[in-house]
Amino acid sequence: MRKMLAAVVSRVLSGVATQKPASRVLVASCNYSKQATFEIKKCDLYRLEEGPPVTAELTREDGLKYYRVMQTVRRMELKADQLYKQKFIRGFCHLCDGQEGCCVGLEAGIRHTDHVITSYRAHGICIARGLSVRAVLAELTGRRGGCAKGKGGSMHMYAKNFYGGNGIVGAQGQLFEAYNMAALWKLPCVFICENNRYGMGTAVERAAASTDYYKRGNFIPGLRVDGMDVLCVREATKFAADYCRSGKGPILMELQTYRYHGHSMSDPGVSYRSREEIQDVRSKSDPIMLLKDKMVNSQLASVEELKEIDSEVKKEIEDAAQFAITDPEPPLDELGHHIYSSSLPFEVRGANQWIKFKSIS
Amino acid sequence: MAAASGLVRRPLRQVSGLLRRRFHRTAPAALQVTVRDAINQGMDEELERDEKVFLLGEEVAQYDGAYKVSRGLWKKYGDKRIIDTPISEMGFAGIAVGAAMAGLRPICEFMTFNFSMQAIDQVINSAAKTYYMSGGCQSVPIVFRGPNGASAGVAAQHSQCFAAWYGHCPGLKVVSPWNSEDAKGLIKSAIRDNNPVVVLENELMYGVPFEFPEAAQSKDFLIPIGKAKIERQGTHVTVVAHSRPVGHCLEAAAVLSKEGIECEVINMRTIRPMDIETIEASVIKTNHLVTVEGGWPQFGIGAEICARIMEGPAFNYLDAPAVRVTGADVPMPYAKILEDNSIPQVKDIIFAIKKTLNI
Repeated sequence: MRKMLAAVVSRVLSGVATQKPASRVLVASCNYSKQATFEIKKCDLYRLEEGPPVTAELTREDGLKYYRVMQTVRRMELKADQLYKQKFIRGFCHLCDGQEGCCVGLEAGIRHTDHVITSYRAHGICIARGLSVRAVLAELTGRRGGCAKGKGGSMHMYAKNFYGGNGIVGAQGQLFEAYNMAALWKLPCVFICENNRYGMGTAVERAAASTDYYKRGNFIPGLRVDGMDVLCVREATKFAADYCRSGKGPILMELQTYRYHGHSMSDPGVSYRSREEIQDVRSKSDPIMLLKDKMVNSQLASVEELKEIDSEVKKEIEDAAQFAITDPEPPLDELGHHIYSSSLPFEVRGANQWIKFKSIS
Repeated sequence: MAAASGLVRRPLRQVSGLLRRRFHRTAPAALQVTVRDAINQGMDEELERDEKVFLLGEEVAQYDGAYKVSRGLWKKYGDKRIIDTPISEMGFAGIAVGAAMAGLRPICEFMTFNFSMQAIDQVINSAAKTYYMSGGCQSVPIVFRGPNGASAGVAAQHSQCFAAWYGHCPGLKVVSPWNSEDAKGLIKSAIRDNNPVVVLENELMYGVPFEFPEAAQSKDFLIPIGKAKIERQGTHVTVVAHSRPVGHCLEAAAVLSKEGIECEVINMRTIRPMDIETIEASVIKTNHLVTVEGGWPQFGIGAEICARIMEGPAFNYLDAPAVRVTGADVPMPYAKILEDNSIPQVKDIIFAIKKTLNI
């Protein structure tokens, strides 16, 4: 009886010991603040009487969440870089490391039911919008477990209320057409410019008659936001979303941000900007570092706790990468699927008239 | 295979006059030039020859070109002749057409022809139709150039072939070079032509070196627009292609030759105006026709060739229906296995040839 009791006790104790470190954290959490208030940079305003608040409240829970998601995006992008160099990812790959504050801050300021669309530098927003790292990486490696079943690749990932990921961009005329109609019909639309200072290899000063993008909506009010501070982005987004929801029409947000990588994996990113500039941004304005400092300095979290999250994220990325390179490619006989929606099956012609693929919606 | 030739940079092997011996006139050893360098050379020579010629597009100047085709040109000719534009295709294509109307000779680069869709109204309505609409008053001596068609893993929005779309329009000339000689000769002819010319290059061919005959090394080397070239003589079947698939056809021909089937491979070089006479003469000789293209089958280049053959004298010489080998009728998928099966492969060409020969 005593032996059995000892066995049970030891099993229970060993169970506790091998439990996730989170249990240790929970015990210690009464030493952390529940929330803190931070000063954030005042946004430049255009055609607006008032702007977003200059302070932001951050709960411990939210802070840990933002940190985790930003770190996930960062690690995922770096893993994508590695997979690309190992030739598991092909074609175009546009990474957004450095811009994590934008995608996470945006999502924090809107609802799941709001609709989002963006350009090809979309991996971060995919995660923010709820896609799993596995689904994104497997799409990048072109496997059947990818979010587009391997058929879209880097630039064509979609999720609920997220319309991609688009490869054709830059159409400034279309943008102004959109501004006009949105303002004319008072559409609740937030136009966001993630200004990372460069259009591919060309600095904004060489491409734009005015680089005050937040003013270029003309009759549409705008704000310029520090895109490297996730709280600033969140508050600005909340403000912009509220503005739209109140029926006042469209609004423009310029997020000042930076990308560490070149335009894409085929661009080293140092022929048109200096390594010093990149390093300078990394050491002074890195969005993850800024959040970490805020949280640690105001006792919202400890350095160890955040390191714990780093390890968990690292493991998640490794697992996802492993999946992404071992999952099989889509089956050849699905080549013709998804041409039309809501359609009866039909035949799709291959490279010659004798090669046929079945097409199912 | 497809990806490798684009990604691997083969070194330029230049063996020239050094091998020429003093007292004996021996032929110079073959000069190898990549398609990229051939286009670069062609543009460089025309920029030098005529100060009205200039190049504009995204990243063409300080970045040396997104695919390095315009490498060194900005350094040599400066801001007034090599112009970086904002990412605004409709805008800068319109500016280029206006410049051509006013008397300059612009080369308007689209980073890929997929982006030309943003500007297609300018290409068709402002450039192609104008000489006709003006009753011959206003010409538009412009060149639209850039990579066209499938690359490697660039997915649906970046892999479309525009040969059929642009080839459809009267008023436009459309050329599609395959090798370095084609690339240089055709870009030079395009620049000197007083009409709007669309030059459909191929990204996967940019890094591929070809033997550059001596004639092509001349500054006045031109390939006439509207004339196809017979790359390989044959007697059993006529195989017609343009751009990268020409190489695949030659590979197929080499394989079939071992089986005693001799293919005549025609490199179209020009999509519009199409050199149907060369194709007809060949079909009259071989009695069989296979067309090969990278674009989609419906309303494509092959479809046009077949229609014209039926309308002309060669129809009566066909011993079997003509066969088309094309890209698959789907938006280009990303996954490698799907992409590989969405473009015409050598095995598909061989299969089609054997089918039409009833072998």
